[in-house]
Amino acid sequence: MVELSHDSRPIIGRGPPLTAYFFALAAISVGLMVADQRYQQIDRIRESLSTVIYPVQRAVDFPFRATDWVTGSFADRSRLRQENLELTARLRLANLQLQRFAVLEEENRRLREMRANAAGIAEKVLVASILSVDLDPFRHRVLLAMGSRNGVFKGQAVLDGDGIFGQVSKVNASTAEVILISDAEHAIPVQSNRSGVRTIAVGTGDQNKLSLPFVTVESDLQEGDLLLSTGMGGVFPPGYPVARVSKVKRAGSTFATVEAKPTAKLDQAREVLLVWFKAPVLEAETPVAPTVGTPARAPIDTTPPPAETPPRPQQGGE
Amino acid sequence: MFARRLLYWASMAAGLVLAIVPLPGWLDSVRPDLALLAMIYFVLTAPRIAGLGYAWLSGLFLDVLRGMVLGQHALGFLIVGYLTHRLQLRMRMFPILQQAVIVMLLLALYHFMMFWIDGLTGHGYTGWVRWLPVLSGGLLWPLVVALGDSLTRRSS
Repeated sequence: MVELSHDSRPIIGRGPPLTAYFFALAAISVGLMVADQRYQQIDRIRESLSTVIYPVQRAVDFPFRATDWVTGSFADRSRLRQENLELTARLRLANLQLQRFAVLEEENRRLREMRANAAGIAEKVLVASILSVDLDPFRHRVLLAMGSRNGVFKGQAVLDGDGIFGQVSKVNASTAEVILISDAEHAIPVQSNRSGVRTIAVGTGDQNKLSLPFVTVESDLQEGDLLLSTGMGGVFPPGYPVARVSKVKRAGSTFATVEAKPTAKLDQAREVLLVWFKAPVLEAETPVAPTVGTPARAPIDTTPPPAETPPRPQQGGE
Repeated sequence: MFARRLLYWASMAAGLVLAIVPLPGWLDSVRPDLALLAMIYFVLTAPRIAGLGYAWLSGLFLDVLRGMVLGQHALGFLIVGYLTHRLQLRMRMFPILQQAVIVMLLLALYHFMMFWIDGLTGHGYTGWVRWLPVLSGGLLWPLVVALGDSLTRRSS
């Protein structure tokens, strides 16, 4: 059979037939995908590949960092002075509040110790900068310039100055991927600061909106309520602001439509805080997520069981 | 020959960099898959050098860069690379516009694969915005060819 071959590689040393080559590589890809979904070992391959790719990410990030640096170092005097004044004023205010807070924290700790539960207070905080790199536009993920080398672990809570930001979803040697609380695959247990109603806030894929799908019509939630993290699931430290309720609609017969706006600046933050804390021991008398009927989607929050998150960073390391 | 090879790897790197450079708002969702277009171009013009391994590796690096399921883009790139390889004798004869249409079909197939795998792994995003890169990639094809031609002419 004579036909014009589409395979125009040199006849000598052309390697395996194209189609066989294709199927072999396709099988490897499918195998990788399945393994990536099922087994943890694949993380090692990803880690070594991401070490190769790290310079590329750094290179992309570099111009943005450089512009920041240049605008920072050539800022004119009057603007700096203005900024300084504002910051001083804010610091004074914060200090004032802190005086009260120190007493309260001490009291809180004492009370918790009386209940043999001193957990849930942040022990160590590390500032990590976000790399200016675009990941998938349809997922809310960012890349931090810190990785397992700095003691970052999977499932670690990430905060910014205004509230809960997300949690670490993948760790490489010198980078870590963070899933934001607004990602459609993320859910976080929350509690209303005003009424104490507990529920789960699920990401919507919109950075300004979280949805609270398991709130019954009767539950006491109002617009403007501050939602705090409960610390259930052991990923997030309890008591940090997550979102503010922006819309409550009690139209249906069982569940109300409730939306909330994240307090953290999900789209603007350049630097975030990585938090190490002692996971709270779940008490027997607190039911897990009481307002939930049968959740349509399993919340992701519980990825690492609290007992298995002890990887501590090396002391004094940075 | 060495210069040629260098060009292939350099353009792969450039395509990958452009795949993760931060773009503002709407530009981010029309971002054309330059790494994929470059791969198609090289498989068309230099099938002896840039083969399936090249296509697969670019895809794998893209997976790692974007933190996707390992193998997702690799498979997409591989399928497009293989089809391009099968079609190359015909495609090289086509006028540029017809080529652009075929490239658009290939891109559509690629994005369908991505959509499908995303769905299987539970990341489904179903908005129409997801298909915009098919259009922008097709429109950009003549430009890619022009740029590629001028680069290869200089380096050979």
